[in-house]
Amino acid sequence: MDSTITNLTVFVLAIFVGYHVVWNVTPALHTPLMSVTNAISSVIIVGAILASGSTKSGVGVLLGTIAVALASVNTFGGFLVSLRMLEMFKRKEPEPGPRTIKQQPPTVH
Amino acid sequence: MTANEVALSYLAASVLFILALRGLSHPRTARRGNLLGMVGMALAIATTFAITNRIDMARLGIGIGAVVGLIVSRRVQMTQMPELVAAMHSLVGLAAVLIAFAVVNDPSAFTLDVPIPRGNRLELFVGTSIGAITFSGSVIAFGKLAGLGKYSRLFSSAPVVFKGQHIVNLLMALAMIAAGLGFVASPPEGEWTPFVVMTAIAFVLGVLTIIPIGGADMPVVISMLNSYSGWAAAGIGFSLNNSMLIIAGSLVGSSGAILSYIMCRAMNRSFFSVILGGFGGAEGAVASGVQQKAVKSGSAEDVAFLLGNADSVIIVPGYGLAVGRAQHATKEMADKLTKKGVNVRYAIHPVAGRMPGHMNVLLAEAEVPYDQVFEMEDINADFGSADIAFVLGANDVVNPLAEQPGSPIYGMPILEAHKAHTVVVNKRSMAAGYAGVDNPLFYMDKTMMVFGDAKKVIEEIVKALD
Repeated sequence: MDSTITNLTVFVLAIFVGYHVVWNVTPALHTPLMSVTNAISSVIIVGAILASGSTKSGVGVLLGTIAVALASVNTFGGFLVSLRMLEMFKRKEPEPGPRTIKQQPPTVH
Repeated sequence: MTANEVALSYLAASVLFILALRGLSHPRTARRGNLLGMVGMALAIATTFAITNRIDMARLGIGIGAVVGLIVSRRVQMTQMPELVAAMHSLVGLAAVLIAFAVVNDPSAFTLDVPIPRGNRLELFVGTSIGAITFSGSVIAFGKLAGLGKYSRLFSSAPVVFKGQHIVNLLMALAMIAAGLGFVASPPEGEWTPFVVMTAIAFVLGVLTIIPIGGADMPVVISMLNSYSGWAAAGIGFSLNNSMLIIAGSLVGSSGAILSYIMCRAMNRSFFSVILGGFGGAEGAVASGVQQKAVKSGSAEDVAFLLGNADSVIIVPGYGLAVGRAQHATKEMADKLTKKGVNVRYAIHPVAGRMPGHMNVLLAEAEVPYDQVFEMEDINADFGSADIAFVLGANDVVNPLAEQPGSPIYGMPILEAHKAHTVVVNKRSMAAGYAGVDNPLFYMDKTMMVFGDAKKVIEEIVKALD
């Protein structure tokens, strides 16, 4: 079997997985979804690392290293900005009343 | 590491990416999902390091990228998220092109046969052309979103159209495919010319496809480019026979495609009419007869009185709220009302904001709890029993004309603010929305208009509520 056929199998199945997983994402998180997928697409860095580290010519190393830098902006920027956004999504805090204070165990030194 | 070990650890990384997206199904699990994504990426990079001869240059590249990514992720404002996302799409696109050039330059480094087999060439052509289109298209989208129109007409948020545009685009696309097929069929010594020509045309094509699309359609464009960046990564994965790249690329590609579909549906536009562009220009208001109609306008104190005496209020935030940076003042107003025993909820239209889910993030930033924020389908039935619908800087998404056959926006799903007992609308002026259609909601007997800057008006309401 040709490697292209294997690739195609993986590709088609992955699209189905993506389709089902993404429809389950809550609309409120569609912006973080975009920044997370941005970060995930930076997995292309794998090809860039091979280019920068395994090619024999200087041109290949240069192209690869630039590509590594570009992709890793996405890796770090994408995941970190998603984290920043997701930390903002909070539930309504219960009103702090005397009852909640009483429930706390006394601190013993 | 053996080839099998490498494949297994890439598989683990792919699974982690799927779990990362699955975590986003609820705000409660989303942070864990994001963390799993980070672990997956770290695993992918570490595995690749283990099979690469020299990693000094790659480490340097990652160091530079990490610093830039860290600074950008800290500094970016939530209103600027669409620009950031567009910029990131362009980076993925450009990285794909650079990798493809490195592959053609030295295929053996990627464990490909020399000369590159036909099948891999075809995949390289597809991956490179999509990558190049993603890059230049995203640069234009970034310019439009960042308001760089004053520097170049290419970045103008109004559609840039010229005669015969579609024919030119079609011819360019055909030329790109011809050059690409030339690359596939070329002998090893003549492969560079068609490859470079193909890439160059793809760069131009990316610019040409995005310039005719107007500012109102940006949520679709940004989702579409999101999708492209995924397909570009998948294309590179095909040419390198790397399943992890194919899986990750397909996840991103289908995610962007679904978001484009959701955005088109929310605007009741077909995907092709968005792509062909030319919509949302400065055509101005359509019907002129309606302008003489009287509106009832009130002061911030009047609104405060109405809100304070209501039992339930539904706030409909639009992009005007974000532009006026009024999220925080709105939250303060909602808190005051909640203390008075008023039930306050927010209703979000899918295209409120400039990218999918943008308004939710802007409200979350203002520390509005997510359980007060409702999607259109979850809250539309409740407008009928609400005392007040408070529309803040939104227009087309609450236009009841959408329910009237024959109107230009007929069929667009709207928030049914007109069904509330009383409607309060804050707007800067009576100008029409993106669609250029007048809004009968403003002229209803039960509607009170409060003109002025959203932030100022709400701050006055907050003061009056004391």
